[in-house]
Amino acid sequence: MKTETSAVDIDRNKGDFFYPEAHVRDAGAGLSERTVHYISDVKEDPDWLREFRLRGLKTFLAKPLPTHWASKDLEAIDFDKIRYYLSPGTEAKRSWDEVPDDIKRTFERLGIPEQERKFLAGVEAQFDSEAVYSNIKKAVGEQGVIFVGSTEGLKNYPEIFRKWFGKVIPIADNKFSALNSAVFSGGSFIYVPPGVKVKHPLQAYFRINAENFGQFERTLIIADEGSEVTYMEGCTAPKFNTPTLHSAVVELVALKGAKIQYITVQNWASNVFNLVTKRGLAHENAEVKWIDCNIGSRLTMKYPGVIMKGRKARGEVLSIALANDGQHQDTGAKMIHAADETTSNIISKSISIGKGRATYRGLVHVPKHLKNCKNNTECDALLINATSRTDTYPAITVRGTGNAVQHEASVSQVSSEQIFYMQQRGLTEAQAMSLSVNGFVNDLVRQFPMEYSVELKRLIELEMEGSVG
Amino acid sequence: MTKNETATIENQAAPILSGPGESREFPDWFRDQQRAAWKQFESLPTPTRKDQAWRFTNVNFLDLSLFNYGGKLTEQERATILEQSRGLEEVAGRMIFAGDELIERDVISDQLKKRGVIFQSLERAMVEHADLFRTYFMSQPARLGSAKFAALHQALVSSGTFLYVPRGVEIELPIEIFHWLNGKNASAFPHLLLVTDELAKVTVIEHFRSVNEHVPGFACGVNDLVSGPGAKVTYVCAQNWADKVIALQMNSTTVDHDASAMSLNLHLGSRYSRFESLSRLIGEGGRSDLLAVAVAKHDQEFDARTLQDHVSPHTASDLLYKNALDDRARTIFGGLIRVEPHAHFTDAYQKVRNLLLSDDAEANSMPGLEILADNVRCTHGATSGQINEDELFYLRTRGIPVPVAQRLIVTGFLDEVVQRLDHPAISERLRQLIEEKFANNRD
Repeated sequence: MKTETSAVDIDRNKGDFFYPEAHVRDAGAGLSERTVHYISDVKEDPDWLREFRLRGLKTFLAKPLPTHWASKDLEAIDFDKIRYYLSPGTEAKRSWDEVPDDIKRTFERLGIPEQERKFLAGVEAQFDSEAVYSNIKKAVGEQGVIFVGSTEGLKNYPEIFRKWFGKVIPIADNKFSALNSAVFSGGSFIYVPPGVKVKHPLQAYFRINAENFGQFERTLIIADEGSEVTYMEGCTAPKFNTPTLHSAVVELVALKGAKIQYITVQNWASNVFNLVTKRGLAHENAEVKWIDCNIGSRLTMKYPGVIMKGRKARGEVLSIALANDGQHQDTGAKMIHAADETTSNIISKSISIGKGRATYRGLVHVPKHLKNCKNNTECDALLINATSRTDTYPAITVRGTGNAVQHEASVSQVSSEQIFYMQQRGLTEAQAMSLSVNGFVNDLVRQFPMEYSVELKRLIELEMEGSVG
Repeated sequence: MTKNETATIENQAAPILSGPGESREFPDWFRDQQRAAWKQFESLPTPTRKDQAWRFTNVNFLDLSLFNYGGKLTEQERATILEQSRGLEEVAGRMIFAGDELIERDVISDQLKKRGVIFQSLERAMVEHADLFRTYFMSQPARLGSAKFAALHQALVSSGTFLYVPRGVEIELPIEIFHWLNGKNASAFPHLLLVTDELAKVTVIEHFRSVNEHVPGFACGVNDLVSGPGAKVTYVCAQNWADKVIALQMNSTTVDHDASAMSLNLHLGSRYSRFESLSRLIGEGGRSDLLAVAVAKHDQEFDARTLQDHVSPHTASDLLYKNALDDRARTIFGGLIRVEPHAHFTDAYQKVRNLLLSDDAEANSMPGLEILADNVRCTHGATSGQINEDELFYLRTRGIPVPVAQRLIVTGFLDEVVQRLDHPAISERLRQLIEEKFANNRD
């Protein structure tokens, strides 16, 4: 029966292998001022950044874990056992041939980038802390688009980098953004010049490969006036026995009339704590759209947000979460309206399988004296088994008379009639269930770029295996 | 008697934070409970805005150092209160409390009495019906954030209503209860303990009022409402405290199999009013309807927290809360539908709608779901908006001036909730109260 269910040929253990570590730079385990100085020394940070990191550390140590509202599972993270900085000691590579062989094999096992290279304008793959491979197709480079690692961005384009760095997500936004501010390394820096519309999505892959090692990448994307860019990130990580921490900060800035679309497919191993802060700033007429897909990890806490700062700015979050045994997907969205005629849209779909728990947490804020702001929120949850759990915790604040906000949520299960109908036509129960679940998320998945929607459908089928019967 | 009276007068001057007085004549076991509750009140921390259960609340309202036990009624005041306690024309029974003193009790008909209906003061019930009392009195912990204030209530409660409706007895006419706050900085600790046995039916309406329109006061009430198997309980609260009163109310409803409970809370008065409604569905076929209407003006803050707790499979709940907000008023709705493990075939609904009438009004909505079972149907919705311009235009083209048209639209918006009650006389009374609030408060 089981073999019949895997209609798609996918190797379940694809993310499970790893190669011996050969880290040249290692800050050791635990976090102190020394760790921060070590990172700053290795990366040859300018003074202002060293101070920024130290402020981050201070804030991180001062802030309590947010367990008064968030999962108590956070207490399982042993911050003293985590190694905060590792680097293979190699500089970012320009060409594929220069990438070390064992790292290259890792990416090949994942099916990137060889097969997908054709689709992609540029590839920025992060292996542990440092970008080991980066490449932008000639055409993109000629348009003046900057697509480099965050360290390189900071060194080569300080005037653009510093203007926006840490401005969308301040150090003290939350405990984990403070942690990231203290120890970040890696991540992408993208600048799209005025009027440039990047045709192909830019893509980066992240992996964690050292046991007990947290990955703290920092991404900053600036789309100048009237430009458009799509960024995609996908994550897989090898499985380890002790918890691993991933705590990224992603800041997006869409200047007047610009559009940024940020797509994530998160498939960390089921022992990873994935605590990520993502926020976009949309100026006049600009649009920031988050497409966020969470399949893996032990606990994900991620609420992509948009601050609509300019008139007629738009914000959108499309979110899919799949929680299987031992997983808690605590995801959602934040929409801060800060100008007239701003509109936002949140669509969230979650599926809980086995003992999995999916949580939607949302914030919609429409302050005083704004006119014609609109928000629409829809959250739908699907429960597969009797032991599955789902929660919805939205918080909506509206002031004044000129605005309209609506929120709707529903919880349901796959109808037995549907399953029966499909079984009558020769599908196994598992296949029928898988088909139903794919139908449930289909209208969202269709909005994804093609290769991602295919990958996503396969991932869902994979997760559904063995959940019924 | 004289000794007692002197003690009472001493008590009256005392601030409530000095603790429970020792002069009241309660059974020892109850006294012990009160002392334990007071200890609990003192040890529990005062809520802060960081507590999820108090998110968005202006917790500065919770300073209780000002409030005292309230003065003794003069004959004149007593007469005024009795005269002003006008509610429904026809009732099955009536109690009137001033402060925490029962000043009048209209007994229900002899026939109901003969069939075993008990309608008496709390302090009598704890002696005469100790078993019932001890089984149900504050048997449910306050789970919605006010454990500290429930403890305060338990420590300081000195009177209240006990109503027991035996098996199969249906009381058609409503029971009416009045609670009056009298005097500056006076406090009250209203309590209603309502227990219905199998297939019983009863409706209770409580009025919360102040004698003096412009002095501060404090009310901290707890209601235990028990709907036995197949029973039908309707509870209506008409909260119309004076505009400087701080009020906390914690209601806990238990719905047994095939029973139904309906509550409607009307919020008009007070400076800050927090109302916690916990409805537990513990038997198959149980149904709970939670309704509320709030008209918030000036600097008023209405803070509603609800929990629809589905413990048993095959239960249904339906919540509809509507707020109309004007001036600088704030409302908070924090609601949760919780479907416990194994509570399959739950059908739960939750809807909050805010109508904002001014640019400074603020509506906060937190409609939540926690689902730990499957085969459930749970939906919730929250909307915030303003008067539809087309509707306003339509009324204006028919010669209706703007203020009148606005009022028509707002009352129409709120009336959807009031209509859900199947007691025309009570619905009519609530409509009058809403009208009065719109008519009075234009200063």
